[in-house]
Amino acid sequence: MTQSLPLIHFENVSKHYGAVKAVDNVSLTINAGEFFALLGPSGCGKTTLLRMLAGFEVPSEGRIFIDGVDMVNVPPNKRPVNMVFQSYAVFPHMTVADNVAYGLKIDGVPAAERKVRVSEALELVKLGEFGARMPDQLSGGQRQRVALARALVKRPKVLLLDEPLSALDAKLREAMRFELAQIQEKVGVTFVMVTHDQDEALAMACRCALIKNGTLQQLGTPSELYEYPANRFVADFIGSVNMLEGKLMGDERDSAVIDVPSYGAKIYLDHGVTGATGAVVWAAIRPEKIEMLPRDNMMPLEGRSSPAGHNILQGIIRDYAYLGSETVYQVQVGQQIMRVLRYNTARYAEREFEIGQSVWLCWHPQAPAILLQ
Amino acid sequence: MKVRAGYGHKRSALAPLDYAQRWPLKLWLGAVLVFLYAPLVTLVVFSFNQSKRNIIWTGFTFDWYRKLLGDTDLLHAFGNSLMIAMLSTLVSLVLGTLAAVALWRFRFPTKTLFEGAMALPIVVPEICMGVAMLVFFSRILPWPADLIWPLNLGAIVISHISFSFPFVAVVIRARLASFNREQEEAARDLGASEIRAFFDVLVPHLQPALISGALLAFTLSLDDFVITFFTAGPDTITFPVKVYSMVRFSVTPEVNAASTLLIAITVVLTAVALKLQGSDVGKSGGHG
Repeated sequence: MTQSLPLIHFENVSKHYGAVKAVDNVSLTINAGEFFALLGPSGCGKTTLLRMLAGFEVPSEGRIFIDGVDMVNVPPNKRPVNMVFQSYAVFPHMTVADNVAYGLKIDGVPAAERKVRVSEALELVKLGEFGARMPDQLSGGQRQRVALARALVKRPKVLLLDEPLSALDAKLREAMRFELAQIQEKVGVTFVMVTHDQDEALAMACRCALIKNGTLQQLGTPSELYEYPANRFVADFIGSVNMLEGKLMGDERDSAVIDVPSYGAKIYLDHGVTGATGAVVWAAIRPEKIEMLPRDNMMPLEGRSSPAGHNILQGIIRDYAYLGSETVYQVQVGQQIMRVLRYNTARYAEREFEIGQSVWLCWHPQAPAILLQ
Repeated sequence: MKVRAGYGHKRSALAPLDYAQRWPLKLWLGAVLVFLYAPLVTLVVFSFNQSKRNIIWTGFTFDWYRKLLGDTDLLHAFGNSLMIAMLSTLVSLVLGTLAAVALWRFRFPTKTLFEGAMALPIVVPEICMGVAMLVFFSRILPWPADLIWPLNLGAIVISHISFSFPFVAVVIRARLASFNREQEEAARDLGASEIRAFFDVLVPHLQPALISGALLAFTLSLDDFVITFFTAGPDTITFPVKVYSMVRFSVTPEVNAASTLLIAITVVLTAVALKLQGSDVGKSGGHG
């Protein structure tokens, strides 16, 4: 879908505010035509990275290249990037059309061409009829579209989006996710988005960079981040996870066993783990990858493809949360609680499980992600 | 719903602002208004009185205003006042705006000191300012008396700037607090230089405050007596100083007419300022 030509390159970029390291030695490459997300908890430095790309912050160390040009000493008004601000920052004293035309006017685009490009941009964001309106006559969602049109009309190499969906209500947010992705595909501009919302990043981005305390934790596609987290922080931040701390017992080329005393579990893996025997490792198991069966049934087939006594646990359901499309159960195993997710696929089904019920939990040997740190 | 509406109605009769509906408070309000405005109304009414003495009403006339227009000294003083007010407003506006923007945007070691120093001309008693100006212009910067008009007004203009620009700065500063800095960044992001972003985004935002600040500076300068009295020379009499010198002989209806004119100008300008500030409040509310 996208040609992977590198467009943006962060090279050992750091940003210090006094003793605080907002960004600490980050290197990453963003490709042309990509929808890229900088993801992380608030205060992790992702916005600083975005603002350095826009030119509002200067890195303390390192270099930033856009299309091969070192950007560090280029002021914001000379960069081939445009930004959609978190507050949208639509100029309140200009009409919608004048807002969109502002950047073109500064560039000296002739009036006739300006008019055509402004109306094209407004059509793109479905505000074709709104050119003569003042911003205070628009809703929040419409103002965001003005900000988007105003940035895209300049045909930047990179469009920056600072928490683009955070101020919208839930329904509009979901619609806007699809629309932003569609607009990105239509214009083919590289989008770089900052968000603290993992759902947003997973839904829209081609690739994400997960940042914590100013350092890059993992770079990858949404499914790589979800299914192959690099460490415990990534596994925990993206989605929900059961984190089982254990010791690596046997580690063969095509199998490994992890002993988890706190859960009384033995985890069998059908692949090797590159770790020393006896080393502490963490098995991250997603709630939807655990199978739950009533205890009054016979013992299940040992978690299907695992040796006897492995990848299977006994538990008691302590609580559940019905979320419409799915139900999340809290299952007590020993002294620990495991989260198990079941999709509500049948409409008229009786409730399968009740609070206090004894259950079997089991999983496939490939279900856990093994984390060394 | 009906019950609640009835309850709400009962509640509204006791609402705090409705205490003004009670008769003792109405009486109080009336008394306050009389004390405040009776002298002014008398002044205005007697400026149209035929009698030369300000005691008995004998008939309506415009004579005093006609006489006023024939008084070249008074007209000269009025011209001085307008010129001083315009010059000091212009300079105060630029100085006050720049000071407010600098204090709002930058952090520097002596910032608190500057903020305090700015407020000083507002709190220092006028008489002290007047004496200080007198000393300043006699010892440190003697202003030549024989310059052509309006340069001979320089000393008064400078002293008026010194007490009116802090008022402008205060008004601008208050308005700056509601400025979304992302708007300025957006202008920069779209290609504007820093200067251009200032004029395209910040100045339009400040516009209501600029207008009301200018009107404030203008009326302050036009009305000022104390400080001007200490800095004015024989050729640089302003309107309030001239009125004062007329009163020293007797309060004639001519003085009434002159004062009425000054009141009219001040009231109109203040009304314009309030109206602009009022619409500004409505606007910023709309933007959220």
